[in-house]
Amino acid sequence: MRPSTAVLAIVALLAFAGCATDEPTVAASAGASQAASGPGTGAPSTFFVQADYDKELALLGATPTGPAGKPWEQVLDPTMVQTAKFKKPGPYKICFSNAGLNNPWRQVGFKTMQAEVETHGRDIKQFVHVDAEGKDQKQIADINDLLGKGCDALIVSPNTTATLTPAVEAACRQGLPVIVFDRGVDSTCPVTFINPIGGYGFGHVAAEFITQRMKPGGKVLALRILPGVDVLETRWSAAKVAFDKAGVELVGVEFTDGDPAKTKKIVNDYIQRYGTIDGVWMDAGAVAVAAVEAFVDAGRPVPPINGEDQLDFLRQWKDRKLTAVAPTYPTYQWRTPIIAALRILGGEPVSSPWKLPQPTITQDSLDQYLDPDMPPLHYAMCGCTDLPGYPQRWK
Amino acid sequence: MRIAERRRLPVRPPRVRPGGLVPILVILAVLLVLLTIRQPDFLSPPSLMSFLGRSAPIILLAAGQYFVIVAGEFDLSVGSLVTAQVVVAARLIDSEPSRTWPVILLLLAFGAAVGLVNGLVTTRLRVSSFITTLGMYLILVGAVYLWSDGAPKGGLSEEFRRFGRRAFEDVFLVGRVPYALLVLLAVAGLAVLLTRSDFGRTLVAVGGNPRTAELSGVRVHYAKTMAFVLSGLAAAVAAILIGGYSGISFQAGAGLEFGAITAVVLGGVALGGGRGSVVGAMLGALTLETLFTLMNFYGVSGALRSTVQGAIILLAVAVSALRSVPGKGIQ
Repeated sequence: MRPSTAVLAIVALLAFAGCATDEPTVAASAGASQAASGPGTGAPSTFFVQADYDKELALLGATPTGPAGKPWEQVLDPTMVQTAKFKKPGPYKICFSNAGLNNPWRQVGFKTMQAEVETHGRDIKQFVHVDAEGKDQKQIADINDLLGKGCDALIVSPNTTATLTPAVEAACRQGLPVIVFDRGVDSTCPVTFINPIGGYGFGHVAAEFITQRMKPGGKVLALRILPGVDVLETRWSAAKVAFDKAGVELVGVEFTDGDPAKTKKIVNDYIQRYGTIDGVWMDAGAVAVAAVEAFVDAGRPVPPINGEDQLDFLRQWKDRKLTAVAPTYPTYQWRTPIIAALRILGGEPVSSPWKLPQPTITQDSLDQYLDPDMPPLHYAMCGCTDLPGYPQRWK
Repeated sequence: MRIAERRRLPVRPPRVRPGGLVPILVILAVLLVLLTIRQPDFLSPPSLMSFLGRSAPIILLAAGQYFVIVAGEFDLSVGSLVTAQVVVAARLIDSEPSRTWPVILLLLAFGAAVGLVNGLVTTRLRVSSFITTLGMYLILVGAVYLWSDGAPKGGLSEEFRRFGRRAFEDVFLVGRVPYALLVLLAVAGLAVLLTRSDFGRTLVAVGGNPRTAELSGVRVHYAKTMAFVLSGLAAAVAAILIGGYSGISFQAGAGLEFGAITAVVLGGVALGGGRGSVVGAMLGALTLETLFTLMNFYGVSGALRSTVQGAIILLAVAVSALRSVPGKGIQ
């Protein structure tokens, strides 16, 4: 191969690799390393909406209504809507258009949902699941296909918000009840939208914990998965507010792509560059263990850190006696759409939006979520221990 | 490094030749000086050892890629091969320490087998290696996705992870010597021996001018296929170190093929084959890692990494194209 051909080939491949990312990038980034210079943490994220932030922080302290010990049936600040027009006799065929099963969180969630379906026995005659594999276009086609299959209710977990909105609206026009959960759509046509408190709550809880456990003016490293995804941007923008308020020194904001090796290298570099890091904030728990290991392998104490409810992190927390906290984006929310669908088809009123509690695992509650038999990538906040097939189904 | 340079002087003419080690050593030295100015204790033993340990996988991949590139081909499948190996290892070991060694052997065999297929398809079916290994890349990505339902399962045992993570502690003078560094030195030694052997010379001849090589009785197909097998084996060893360093991940090998190719080119190996040394390729990888560390210490956004890699490939190829004598061949 001649050098010139080789150059063309490499350039083509680089371009190809750029396109091959399957992460749903909703909007352009506001810039990667805007931190680290000037006072505070820089300009607020373009994703920051003060009213939503205030609302979510208020919900963190709200008392949920609903059965105690079953957070997937509880509602924060309920606003009931009538569903009598959807009432029909069972058993029902329930259809689910899923954005994807492309990460452990969705894997755990979907198994939880399948188990929830089983608990309803004869009320659900058929449960149809279509996996969009993380592709907007496939999900639009999937929803369209499901509309011709005689579903009694349609559950949608959209891949991206804006692109899937017209498809969901088309489904609403068919007259069947549509339930959206996890990520939302820009429409009020679904009967309800189910999700936990949200990203501001997550980012705030983690940042508050870290700033309270470290000395004022200490050095914080923020690790983010990738820019431009709304659920992650809200987490970061809430953390920024907390960091500015506490007056900490934000030494870096780095994107890890969810890659543990990259995370470990980044943290290692920061340890070398600054000597000590006093706190590590993360927008998602996937690479928390890698960050912890970077400190351990460098022979340094692990500073206050947050992870998520994945068991590998919870085990590190327990074994290494970390100063840690785990805000969650609970996988038990996958149970709720099935419950909501059956209530709607039974003509019972449901809350819209349906805001679920978003518990935080703290030192005090750590032990109750540590199950030694479950695999490392399992999410402890699955609300699945009482479901059929536990624990085998989740292994 | 100075010593190495001086030793070469009597053997080689003092002018800077394309494919020689002088340019990469100069670049590396400059980067190290810049790094030391910014971060004086970077060259202190603990920090240097940890840097070398974590750079071992990409250096290994560069060595593997060297064999393929010097023979006039490409191996784009190594990144996804590393990911596949890590995911397979986690699922097969499933946190069970006793399965560590059988799985390691299996990974090496798997790496060699993937290399063999790449080599056979390229040489026997005469498919351009660029396309062959791109196809293999996609096949491995898809197969891993299918096999694991889109999310990694299982777990790596501590016995498996120690190769990439642990170190000999309290070594005289240097303190901590990562196992990964020892693995790297062993493989690098083997690679150098291999390039000095008949096979190594044959490979360069094949890359320089396959027709001439064939006419002089070289089994071109065999040599090229073996180059792919070596690259696959290097990927297997790199996967063991990466899996050990950072644990299970779907991202384990993402982008490593570009890193390896950039490193090889940076190390003075000609894309298109026929020129360059494996030591240069490995130094290229070390230089690239040093450059990224430097960028981090100077606060340059990590997002610029791929831009820098692309620029290096273009620049290095442009420079070597300007320098290369028409009708390049074995020198």
